Amino acid sequence: MVWQKTLQVILFLVLAPFAGGLLSGLDRKVTARFQGRQGPPLLQPFYDLAKLFRKQSLVVNKLQTFLVGGYFVFSVFTGCLFFAGGDLLLAFFAMTLGEVFFIMAACSANSPFSAMGTQRELLQIMCSEPMLLLAAIGFYKVTGSFMVDEIVGTRVSPVAYLPGMFLGFLFILTIKLRKSPFDLSTSHHAHQEMVKGTTTDLTGNVYALIELAEWYEEVLLMGYIALFVINREWWSIPLAVLVCLLCYFFEILVDNVFPRVKWDKMFRSAWLVTLVFGGVNLLVLLCVRLIH
Amino acid sequence: MGVVAFLIFFPFLAAVILSRMKKQSRARDGVVAASCILIVAAVIGLTVKFLSGGTSHSYLIETPVWNAAILFGEVFLMGVVFYFGIRYKKYYVLLLSAAGTLPIVWLELSGRGIEGRPHITVDNLTIIMCLIVGVVGSLICLYAIGYMKDYHRHHTEYRDRSSFFLSMLFVFLGGMFGLVFSENLSWMFFFWEITTLCSFLLIGYNQSEISIRNSFRALWMNLLGGVGFSLAIVYSTLTLHAANIQDLVGFGTKGAAGVFVLVPVTLLAFAALTKSAQLPFSGWLLGAMVAPTPTSALLHSATMVKAGVYLLIRLSPLFCGNAAGTMVTVVGGFTFFATSLLAISQSDGKKVLAYSTISNLGLITACAGVGRYEAAWAAILLMIFHAVAKSLMFLSVGAVENSTGSRNIEDMHGLIVRLPKLAFVMIIGIFGMFLAPFGMLIAKWAALKSFVDSNSFLLILFLAFGSGSTMFYWSKWLGKLISVSHGSKRHPDTVHKGEWVSMGTLAGLVVVLCVLFPVISSGLVRPILMRMFHTAAVSVISSGDIPIMLLMLCMIVVLPVTARLLTFGKQNKPSLAYMAGVNEGDDRTFVDSFGQKKEMYLANWYFEDIFGEKKLLKPSLALASAVIVILMTVAIGGAF
Repeated sequence: MVWQKTLQVILFLVLAPFAGGLLSGLDRKVTARFQGRQGPPLLQPFYDLAKLFRKQSLVVNKLQTFLVGGYFVFSVFTGCLFFAGGDLLLAFFAMTLGEVFFIMAACSANSPFSAMGTQRELLQIMCSEPMLLLAAIGFYKVTGSFMVDEIVGTRVSPVAYLPGMFLGFLFILTIKLRKSPFDLSTSHHAHQEMVKGTTTDLTGNVYALIELAEWYEEVLLMGYIALFVINREWWSIPLAVLVCLLCYFFEILVDNVFPRVKWDKMFRSAWLVTLVFGGVNLLVLLCVRLIH
Repeated sequence: MGVVAFLIFFPFLAAVILSRMKKQSRARDGVVAASCILIVAAVIGLTVKFLSGGTSHSYLIETPVWNAAILFGEVFLMGVVFYFGIRYKKYYVLLLSAAGTLPIVWLELSGRGIEGRPHITVDNLTIIMCLIVGVVGSLICLYAIGYMKDYHRHHTEYRDRSSFFLSMLFVFLGGMFGLVFSENLSWMFFFWEITTLCSFLLIGYNQSEISIRNSFRALWMNLLGGVGFSLAIVYSTLTLHAANIQDLVGFGTKGAAGVFVLVPVTLLAFAALTKSAQLPFSGWLLGAMVAPTPTSALLHSATMVKAGVYLLIRLSPLFCGNAAGTMVTVVGGFTFFATSLLAISQSDGKKVLAYSTISNLGLITACAGVGRYEAAWAAILLMIFHAVAKSLMFLSVGAVENSTGSRNIEDMHGLIVRLPKLAFVMIIGIFGMFLAPFGMLIAKWAALKSFVDSNSFLLILFLAFGSGSTMFYWSKWLGKLISVSHGSKRHPDTVHKGEWVSMGTLAGLVVVLCVLFPVISSGLVRPILMRMFHTAAVSVISSGDIPIMLLMLCMIVVLPVTARLLTFGKQNKPSLAYMAGVNEGDDRTFVDSFGQKKEMYLANWYFEDIFGEKKLLKPSLALASAVIVILMTVAIGGAF
């Protein structure tokens, strides 16, 4: 049991960066095609990351490096917890801790762009948090457990009972992945009005840590999507991978179709979607439980 | 019994001595410090003795003399309220005070009072409360010695009545000890009114126009709650022939008497909601900010507001699945959510703390109202963690205010450079308030689980959205503290030694408690809950998660080392923050494209137009009032 969990953690630690990097390469390629460009090679993110790691950093203060370390450690830790079959809520709390380290890192730079980016980033977290929590509660209500390894052992894919939650989750996935229209705090595109937002003052190997952490986070979010699909049958696993890829493609599409919105629109729409899709789904679940 | 008597009487004795002493004298400092040490020692002694004995004790079954003394005390308190009401021409408080006190006096004098039941009880919950009141309260008193010196140096416009102030702090502690030990409702009511009156005197300490106005607001709201309390006593004495909390809980809500139990329970819950500053009674707690910081720290973290939730937790088994429980959970959950939004729009440090206090109390209230084992577990742990972390926050904001002259969060920009030690303590406090693996979060987690298990749809939504906004207002405060502006001057550290002792101990407690919470849970919380809810022990946080949380704590502690390793020992080059112009080297000014020097100021977001008091406060008050009135009517009306 312990060995199996250790193996899962090691596999996650080793494989997640590859998966995350590939997803990111795919993103760049597909986006380029959408825009009628050739696009970089699929492995370009890996070359970029390797170069970043080799570079010396310009640091604005020593504290920041420490805080970025905190962000990295807890993002990876969250993923480990999730993929070792741990508690969804605890994974959620660990993720928040990592995010707060990230916020602190960006704030400590004390530059106008990262400061503005932080406020937007905070708002993004505030927009996405309720839905993440509700989704975890939805899994619990359907499968009777918050533990990932017990949720995946369910008879019927949870998405059958959680269609609203799934849609709500897709909505906040755009916020979490910082894709347009919700790439407010920092953007992967070069038309950011705030330079690079939260990561403006991060360079070289310190910035490389942020990139790497984001890959881990991307894989974690895909894991969340997969959790909606996986059940105890073997075929649900390839199906889950397929659904993840489709969702990711959908996110890229959205990213390229919609222009960036203002923060208040993001806030109102995210909470409304959470309330309508997540809330109603939860209400139905609770009512059905009461009848039984 | 000796220790119990000591804890109730000694603070009053200390208060009398202090009120007679000269202000700003060494001897007075010594008396305060010695009294604090004695109280902490007595509390710890009581805890050890209790834990080695293991069972609860009840005392004082036949007490005609003490009853008479308490009766006299109640009339005396009414007299004091009358005096202030007439002196400041606020005649409505006379009415409220009379309406609360006279029914009790009538009950006792007409011989309808019920005798033969214990008046004092020591059980696990009282021990927990004693630890909170004794340890945290004493640390706040210790802090007050140094704080009041600086306070009067900065605020020469107020008359120095610090001896009175310190003695009132001790009266408060005595009142709280009395309240938690009291088993008899009339006795509890007496101590309840002591805390009401004492908070009134403490809030009005400065005697400025605004503090008098706010103190009377606190007085009338709490007296109104007192009226509810006294009606509950009268009703339960006359109809149910019960004057004891345990007896009241013993009736249960099923059975013949069950319907009638709901009447006093609803009234008591109403009293508790006023004391815990739930919407729509949040006004008094916000107004209490005008007083010196130890007041806020004492009222908002360890004592006053905890009295309300303590009563709710005592009554918790009676709230399961009835209108009274619905009233408590809905008001509590709504308060948690609404005030966490309101806190976003505030930039005054103490005001953010006040709103977050109301918000957290809302969560505790909601947990108590659910009326189930797990929820009550969460409520008790929230109460413990909140007392420690919140008092730490109040004390450090007070210390920052005395050092820099401002308690505005915007002015705390870059505190990590200017006052590193205080900033560090504050960061620990904020971490303790909302992040894993620290206490508040553990309890919030348990609260969420119990809401989910009891299918409380509204509460789940309140918690999900409310924790998002809670994260927002704490994180942006953290961001302010941690901004590093180059070339900032360090402030001289003017914090007194006693203040450091309090803040250091509390910061240590925040960290230690997240290691110790399983011990507290199994040693103190679980046994009492099993007795209260007649169920077997349920582990609320699964045992597999505790090592993971400890691992997280260790990771935070070793993070400085890890961060070194992660950057692979590369020599990083120091540089200046990017400002889209030439940074002048101090991170505050830059030269723009026209070659002109420009000042830069970084502000947090407050969303005045969405979450501001102007926008949200009135609707929230109206909604909460409507909920209370309707559900109280339903709950009480259901009995007839």
